[in-house]
Amino acid sequence: MASLNIANVQKSFGPVKILHDISISLQDGEFLVLVGPSGCGKSTLMNIIAGLEEPSGGTLILEGRDITRVEPAERNISMVFQSYALYPNMTVARNIEFPLQMRKVPRNEREARVLAVSRMLQIEHLLERKPRQLSGGQRQRVAIGRALAREPKVYLFDEPLSNLDAQLRVDMRTEIKKLHQRLKATIVYVTHDQIEAMTLATRIAVMKGGILQQLGTPYEVYNRPANTFVAGFMGSPRMNLVKARLVHRDGVLALAFGSGDGAFHLDVPSELATLALERHVGREVISGIRAEAVSLAAQDMVAGPSQRFFEARVDVIEPTGADTLAVLDLAGSEFTVRLEPDVALQPGQRARFLVDLTKLVCFDAGSENLIA
Amino acid sequence: MSEIQAHITMAADQQSVSPVQIPVKRICLYALLIALAIVFALPLYVMAANSLKPLEEIRNGNLMALPHAWTVEPWLSAWSTAQIGVQPTGLRPYFLNSFLIVVPAVLLSTLIGSLNGYILTQFRFRGSHVLFAAMLFSVFIPYQIVLIPMARTLGILGLAGTIKGLVLVHVVYGIGFTTLFFRNYYAAFPGELVRSARMDGAKFFGVLWRILLPNSAPIIVVTVIWQFTNIWNEFLFGASFSDFSSYPLTVALNNLVNSSTGVKEYNVHFAGAFIAAIPTLVVYLVSGKYFVRGLMAGSVKG
Repeated sequence: MASLNIANVQKSFGPVKILHDISISLQDGEFLVLVGPSGCGKSTLMNIIAGLEEPSGGTLILEGRDITRVEPAERNISMVFQSYALYPNMTVARNIEFPLQMRKVPRNEREARVLAVSRMLQIEHLLERKPRQLSGGQRQRVAIGRALAREPKVYLFDEPLSNLDAQLRVDMRTEIKKLHQRLKATIVYVTHDQIEAMTLATRIAVMKGGILQQLGTPYEVYNRPANTFVAGFMGSPRMNLVKARLVHRDGVLALAFGSGDGAFHLDVPSELATLALERHVGREVISGIRAEAVSLAAQDMVAGPSQRFFEARVDVIEPTGADTLAVLDLAGSEFTVRLEPDVALQPGQRARFLVDLTKLVCFDAGSENLIA
Repeated sequence: MSEIQAHITMAADQQSVSPVQIPVKRICLYALLIALAIVFALPLYVMAANSLKPLEEIRNGNLMALPHAWTVEPWLSAWSTAQIGVQPTGLRPYFLNSFLIVVPAVLLSTLIGSLNGYILTQFRFRGSHVLFAAMLFSVFIPYQIVLIPMARTLGILGLAGTIKGLVLVHVVYGIGFTTLFFRNYYAAFPGELVRSARMDGAKFFGVLWRILLPNSAPIIVVTVIWQFTNIWNEFLFGASFSDFSSYPLTVALNNLVNSSTGVKEYNVHFAGAFIAAIPTLVVYLVSGKYFVRGLMAGSVKG
């Protein structure tokens, strides 16, 4: 449990840059999730923190100690691997004991800690089994137990849930969250699953192509994505990203969608009409609207201050049970909305929708960065 | 009418065809397997049968007949009293020599092979591929080519004509094979296990000793069988680099069979050849079982 400071870390293999100048500062007890598509460098960054790979530049400071060149075993960091990496020749008890044994912890203390850890993770009855006799979820617990046993300062989790089936994954996710709340440990967690990132993290680092795209709380990353990549990556269904022209209409800032027949306007709520946005008037921007910001408009509804009505044709209806996703044709672009589960809409039908623009975000059409 | 009959006969054919066809295949298969087994087992039978006959029976009767008067005399003679070169010692001391050569040579070459495999797969260093290619190349070097340089080396080291010298020769010659075996096995070894052990605090040899070797049963068995049979049956190095006191069994057997004086005691020769073959048979039978077991244990993911 400690603060970890990642400063200007870089990694290249020959001319290929895997990581570009990553700086993240972690407070004691934070749960940082590194998320991104495969090949984004998140696993490389984790291996650098673990000491399994050497950075080409930059420093790592753990609780005031420079650990950049310290051996992995000496860093006081333990790691749960994607494949669990349980030693197949050892029993569960011996697996959990192994890091303690390597550190020459006296036998009676080792045994006490194995018992304490296995009690906490409810794997006491498995202690004498070999890894091959365990189910996926049990192996996962043992792997976590082995990481816990030596009471490190930082825990690393490398896609620990990706080998589990869907139901178990949700259960283990909750359990990891509980564990974090109980231990108040500093955790770095790698995943490509944005739901895991949202549910577990106190802060999320979204990465792509070896570049840190955004570092922020789940709320910030979800509601104020730094660029269109983050906007599209976080959240399911993806955030709707629709090109629009920013115009002045009757003295009010508005987004003009499409041209010709289907063209329509949405007035930007006054509190969002910032100077930065004003500077883009007359230019094309990418507007980002979440699916849940839209609902089906009732006949006698009156729009609130940041709510707007618009009309669109429904192309596809996808009931998920908990709610129904509808893909609309919005001035020629696809636009996904999340509606009530028992909504009475048919594909091809035109309907009136109400959109809440409180959380509207606009991106520069050229750089694709958030206009803020 | 005829149509109906045709249907009936067709149905009958279909019924009868399938149960008959399978036994025919089976019979062919078994016949072939039995024939091949006979081809392989016949020499063994000839050796066994004739090693248990008095010499006159071999001279008078045919080689295929079972003994009339059973005797273990040829075995005893081959083991302890037969003339090897100039000494009437039997094969016993040379049997011991072979063990003194084979056991350390197998252990050392296997250990070095696993160490090499570990280094070549788990540490990315400049030239590792070239190094491995060079070691692989040593597998293809014929024995004859290394004879003279090896003799010179042994002479310089003062190991010429000794058992230690032969151990060294076999270890050096075997490293290429054992490295190849272990390198390929460890190339497919889950890298996360090794990384996990490093993070848990295992050092260079700790990883090898506690993680890699305990999970290498299948390849250890393969390597041991390979090295044991090769070194036990090896003749050329044995004949070239040993003297009277350090002959391995193969050389002694050759001396027994080729001794030019006296009567050719074929029954003793057969018994001697059989004695020479027993250890490799035992190794194969015993570890073959572990081999299968090891394969099954290895099939479970970590």
